[in-house]
Amino acid sequence: MNEEISINTEKQTSQGLMIEFIDVHKWFGEFHVLRGIDLTVSRQERIVICGPSGSGKSTLIRCINRLEEHQRGRIIVDGTELTNNIKNIEKIRAEVGMVFQHFNLFPHLNIVENLALGPIWVRKVPKKEAEETAMYYLEKVHIAEQARKYPGQLSGGQQQRVAIARSLCMNPKVMLFDEPTSALDPEMIKEVLDVMIELAQEGMTMIVVTHEMGFARSVAHRVLFMDFGKIVEGNTPEEFFANPKHERTRLFLSQILH
Amino acid sequence: MEQAVQAEELRPPITSVGFIGWLKNNLFNGVLNSILTIMTLFFLWKVIPPIFRWAFIDSAWHTTGQACRQAAGACWSIIYTNFRFMIFGFYPFEQQWRPFVAMMILFGLLFYSRNRNHWKKPLAYAWIIGLFTMGLLMKGGIFGLKSVESTQWGGLPLTLLLAVFGLTAAYPLGVILALGRRSKMRGVKVLCILYIELIRGVPLISLLFMSSIIFPLFLPEGININKILRAQAAIILFTAAYIAEVVRGGLQGMSRGQYEAAESIGLNYYLTMRLVILPQALKIVIPPTVSILISAFKDTSLVVIIALFELLKTTQSVLSNPEWMGFSREAYFFVAIFYFLGCFSMSNYSRRLERELSRGD
Amino acid sequence: MKEFSDSPASEKIPFWFDPKKRAILFQFITFCMVGLLAYYLISNTLINLKRQNIATGFSFLHKESSFEIGESLIAYSAASTYGRALLVGALNTIKVAFVGIVITIILGTFIGVARLSTNWLISKLAAIYIEVMQDIPVLLQLFFWYAIFYETLPSPREAVSPGAGIFMSNRGVAFTIPEAHPAHKSMLLAFVAACMIVYLIRRWARKRQEKTGQFFPTFRVGIAIVLGLPFITWLAFGAPMEMDVPKLIGFNFEGGLTVSPEFIALLLGLVLYTAAFVAEVVRAGIQSVSKGQREAAMSIGLRPALVLNLVILPQALRVIVPPLTSQMLNLTKNSSLAVAIGYPDFVSVANTTINQTGQSIEGVALIMVVYLFFSLSTSAFMNWYNRKVALVER
Repeated sequence: MNEEISINTEKQTSQGLMIEFIDVHKWFGEFHVLRGIDLTVSRQERIVICGPSGSGKSTLIRCINRLEEHQRGRIIVDGTELTNNIKNIEKIRAEVGMVFQHFNLFPHLNIVENLALGPIWVRKVPKKEAEETAMYYLEKVHIAEQARKYPGQLSGGQQQRVAIARSLCMNPKVMLFDEPTSALDPEMIKEVLDVMIELAQEGMTMIVVTHEMGFARSVAHRVLFMDFGKIVEGNTPEEFFANPKHERTRLFLSQILH
Repeated sequence: MEQAVQAEELRPPITSVGFIGWLKNNLFNGVLNSILTIMTLFFLWKVIPPIFRWAFIDSAWHTTGQACRQAAGACWSIIYTNFRFMIFGFYPFEQQWRPFVAMMILFGLLFYSRNRNHWKKPLAYAWIIGLFTMGLLMKGGIFGLKSVESTQWGGLPLTLLLAVFGLTAAYPLGVILALGRRSKMRGVKVLCILYIELIRGVPLISLLFMSSIIFPLFLPEGININKILRAQAAIILFTAAYIAEVVRGGLQGMSRGQYEAAESIGLNYYLTMRLVILPQALKIVIPPTVSILISAFKDTSLVVIIALFELLKTTQSVLSNPEWMGFSREAYFFVAIFYFLGCFSMSNYSRRLERELSRGD
Repeated sequence: MKEFSDSPASEKIPFWFDPKKRAILFQFITFCMVGLLAYYLISNTLINLKRQNIATGFSFLHKESSFEIGESLIAYSAASTYGRALLVGALNTIKVAFVGIVITIILGTFIGVARLSTNWLISKLAAIYIEVMQDIPVLLQLFFWYAIFYETLPSPREAVSPGAGIFMSNRGVAFTIPEAHPAHKSMLLAFVAACMIVYLIRRWARKRQEKTGQFFPTFRVGIAIVLGLPFITWLAFGAPMEMDVPKLIGFNFEGGLTVSPEFIALLLGLVLYTAAFVAEVVRAGIQSVSKGQREAAMSIGLRPALVLNLVILPQALRVIVPPLTSQMLNLTKNSSLAVAIGYPDFVSVANTTINQTGQSIEGVALIMVVYLFFSLSTSAFMNWYNRKVALVER
């Protein structure tokens, strides 16, 4: 049984929900990884999901762009339901951007080519225009001077910022972040978080799986705690950190906020 | 307010777990796979029962060659009757316990060496003594053992001999070549590169030809080295070049820091290599080294072309006997089993080793 | 108090402590030893050759060979020279190596991909094939297929025909081929022209996509043209359908295209053996691309075909090509085993030559030179390829 906490309305804009999870279940073989997830995300809303490993948080966001398949329940993204229909899946993937823990830049292409790949081949944009878009977003993440380099030549923090720019080039409506800073050396975490904060300030809908609670405090509308495949509780950052309502949440917070 | 989290006993959909789930996920996931599965099952159904019938039901096991021809199935009698010749070649019949014991010693040593915890100095001594004993058993001439000329050695012992002695001698030679190739001394480096590239670029058969036809020319009149020794030399020279390349890879993989640390302690070249670099480098390249051993084992079959009577040639001799002519399938199948068992166990071991080594045991 | 001089060399060190001088001394000694050994071997050899009355030098290449060769791509008879005989052998080696390489790459890729299939049955069968074929010596496989030909297949009079004008007997496999017709030349020209046209189309389509973003189905159109143009040419000549069918005349087939048992046995043995290794190379290459690459490509919205072409294959090929060329070289070297089953490849012919002229050193040297040529060109290619596609890193 999940708690559906409704959101502080000031940040919620209109026109319906961006993402809806309705009683979603997923199994990996016999392992019940998502046990009835009910979740709604509105446009321009920013959600941080935290929880112990194995709780299903990565699986949850990977279901949104069909990197994982759910077996029960419904997932609706921007009005389109996620089913086995390839057309729907491709449509959704073009609207949903994802940033991975291990960056996953394409090592055989240089930075600009990495960014322009999607626009050229999915949105059928001419090369020049795609490269201009690429340079625009590279400026945004403050890395334009590395445009002609290859991923292997960049540091972890730089690669992750490029990865964010790569997703932005597709003009997504939602950005998913799967532990974006977990694989980074400590001194590089800030540069990535700063980019994410700027993104937030421009009104992007974001779902972020992370342990960076400072980030949660500054930009999240809601912080959700997941454990054993369920959303145990969710609240505004202030409430969440000050008054966690469940014992497990308290335990988890005490472990990460030392 | 505590919310007790209820463990809902929801089961995954029936089509994703259990036997049916396994079937669906592994055999019938998607249209293409389902068609492939059905076609494959059909193919197997058409092919396997007839083979089974041929091999086991209609086959003859203990008959003569004549009777075999009447049988509709496989003639395993060719193996049953000629077993000892195929395995031991021309080795004197009553003395065949000697190569047998030699092989048992070899298998024993191999089996014991499988466990990496046993890789200590005593094991090395055991191997040296073991190999020496094997040679002694085969040759005879002392301790009351009747002397058996090497021209009479054959069959499986010969195959194993060529492979094992080949690798044992090739290994140090290969290591020296690898070190030489990485040497800063131009002359030595060039010599080693020439050797390695030359040998790796030519087929083994050309070296075997060289050993059987040309080596005699290198020797002064009157001195004769028997054929087996010459072939063994060719195999050693051949394998050493491949080992050199593999060891070179290991040496390249060593970080400069190791060399520098040794140098800073004051170790000279020889000690650095012996105590610091080689133990690590050789350990890293154990898996590719085992794969060279597997190849050497398979390559011993080539000596059939220069008429040495190892396992393959003894089999062919049996087949040229009019009584057993025409049963190549069965005979070759039998030989294939030996090679397969040998190679399979070695590659299995190599895979296991690789897993252990990458876990950092 | 000792004064430290600026240049350490000014101090007199006995030369056996100086590493540089030691190195020179060491190399000098090594060269001397190698030189002495070479001198010893060579002088013995010369003495022995003289004693056995064996000629030296390569003049034998101009002598008449007086032996027949079973199959040849060029005109050859017993009256031709040894040089020509060796050329025939070399061409035969290239023939079996070329056909073998093409088939092996196709078969090996197929099996490698099958090994990675999500279909358990197919994956397991592929795994069994790979394991079994790798563990049985290639020479044994050659003997096996050769024996199958001679023991299992009947004489031409009772040839087995799996249909479509193919006749299998212990004299080889006879294929029905189209009767020679002037149309064939034009079809070949049409094919070459089609290839050039497709190349030009590819360049145009690529430029257009860069400019406007529009996608052009080059692949499909290309296939259509490459197949269609020769087909149209064929039609234009009146669609000649005459076939050259092998007919049983006397004890053997005449007409059509006959492939000898030796060739087929060699080809089968080499291909089935090497394909197992190629399958492993392909499998390793595909698996070397991390799962995250595929996920990242999918999450941008690329379709599976594009994911494969733009992201997976370029990375996989880098890992596949070097060991693949190694395997192709191995196949070429293994073709030298043809001597064991009587296929007249280079080693086979050289062997006969050695037996007849007694000039073993020249013969074996020739063999080594030819194969060294193959190996070194392959190494050069691999080095070039590796440099060209190396991933740029810090």
